[in-house]
Amino acid sequence: MIAQDKLVIRTIQVGVLVALFGAWFIATRAGGTLKLFLPAPELVWREMGVLARSGQLWASLSVTISSIVKAYMIAAVAGIAVGFVLARSRTLVRLFEPVLSGMFAVPLTMFFPLFVLFFGIGPDSKVAYGATYAFFPIALNTIAAFSNVDDLYLRASRAMGASSWQQFRYVYMPAALPVTLTGLRIGFFICIASVLGGETLAATAGVGRATALAAELMETARLYAWIAFVVCMSVMLNLLALAVETRSERE
Amino acid sequence: MDFPGRDASQRVIALDDVSLDIRKGEFVCLLGPSGCGKSTLLNIIGGMLEQTSGTVTVNGTPVSSPRPNEIAYVFQESTLFPWFTVLENFRLALKFRGTEDAGWRDRAMQSLTAVGMEQFASHYPKQLSVGMKQRINLARGICVGSEVMLLDEPFAALDEQTRMVLGEDLSILLARRGKTIVFVTHSLAEAVFLADRIVVMTARPGKVKASIEVPEAHPRSPDFMLTDAFQDIRKELYGLLRDEIRQTVAAMRQARDAQA
Ligand SMILES: Nc1ncnc2c1ncn2[C@@H]1O[C@H](COP(=O)(O)OP(=O)(O)O)[C@@H](O)[C@H]1O
Ligand SMILES: [Mg+2]
Repeated sequence: MIAQDKLVIRTIQVGVLVALFGAWFIATRAGGTLKLFLPAPELVWREMGVLARSGQLWASLSVTISSIVKAYMIAAVAGIAVGFVLARSRTLVRLFEPVLSGMFAVPLTMFFPLFVLFFGIGPDSKVAYGATYAFFPIALNTIAAFSNVDDLYLRASRAMGASSWQQFRYVYMPAALPVTLTGLRIGFFICIASVLGGETLAATAGVGRATALAAELMETARLYAWIAFVVCMSVMLNLLALAVETRSERE
Repeated sequence: MDFPGRDASQRVIALDDVSLDIRKGEFVCLLGPSGCGKSTLLNIIGGMLEQTSGTVTVNGTPVSSPRPNEIAYVFQESTLFPWFTVLENFRLALKFRGTEDAGWRDRAMQSLTAVGMEQFASHYPKQLSVGMKQRINLARGICVGSEVMLLDEPFAALDEQTRMVLGEDLSILLARRGKTIVFVTHSLAEAVFLADRIVVMTARPGKVKASIEVPEAHPRSPDFMLTDAFQDIRKELYGLLRDEIRQTVAAMRQARDAQA
């Protein structure tokens, strides 16, 4: 029964994708200006091959992925550390939680030029921007996770004689894990989006930069090829994040 | 015990001039209207809460912080940690106490068997019913092997039948081990059935109103509940409590009217 449901759902999902590609294919058969903005799928496919063989793909991808990884590491470490430290005291949470959520509500995109000013046009500005943006959801979720640990479990562990370290390891950590993980996941996607977005705005290298350049030069087949690569990269990073998450949740 | 609150209007004197001697191996039930300070008293005895005046000594030593080696505390709700299995919960209790050793698993299984829960050792708490969880919670309290057990309405969340069965189990288990027990309850029958002595408390601020002995050997069979002796003590308790409960309700009404 359930297996059948799953099959139906998968079929519909694949069907939607096939329909989209079909529509794309048919649309490009018609002439007119549309062809200018929407190259035929096979042209895009050919361009993807060209980019992969010429080494441009790997050059751009390595810049982008290493920026994302660096930015995310900084955001995760800083976000968890700051969130945890603030959550230790109700006063600190009352003081700083609204500040953090207020800052997160501001579209940081508007500050991107400042990052370029401070960190230069190279990858560093994208790393700093991605790290800053991803820091907020991670810190905010960590605060929520650690300050909402049920008092009952804290009292019980104290009555059983748990040391502070044991209380942290066996009560706070497992209790706070799910919400902290949610923050890490949100932060991860914000990080990818910020780095790529930053690259399209101002950069010398990276997938975002290559995509923007193709658009400026009206090389539409190349533009779509880069977009296809970004989609593939996101799907793969998504799967990776999911695998890491399932593993840490099982522990 | 005097809770200062944020200002004078929030100040609560929860306990006032409570004096209580509990013998080694005695099973004492604390009975009193809700809000009279039973939990507060238990927390002070367990070193979970520092009293504002007076002293508590257990085994001749004043209590100022939790002493897991001597005192085990069982809460009203199950405090099994939901992210660990039943067995891991036992292990953790021993680890926290600093008495985890090679034989921990056998001892844990023994305690689980004693309450008929051995087949649930590798279940997670959320897979168990409220009654099962509290049963295991109790077994964990017994497993750590401290001499003194403080139980704060451990059966309050359970239905009447489960309560009775668990009460009998507890009576049998404890008769074997000679532990010293302080058991908070608001059920008259539970108090009479379990206790060697019932301490009736007054409405807030809680004082000791009366102390009633139940001269019946442990373990007690359910038949004890059908005896005249049982009914007489129960009636006596009811008489003692009724006034205090009236007073509590009156005080609540007054507080409500004052607010309106
Ligand atoms: N931490 C606290 N701060 C202020 N008042 C408290 C605190 N804990 C308990 N109280 C008050 O002390 C009184 C006794 O509470 P409690 O011991 O929980 O009663 P019981 O367990 O008998 O129902 C109640 O009026 C309660 O509101
Ligand atoms: Mg209480």
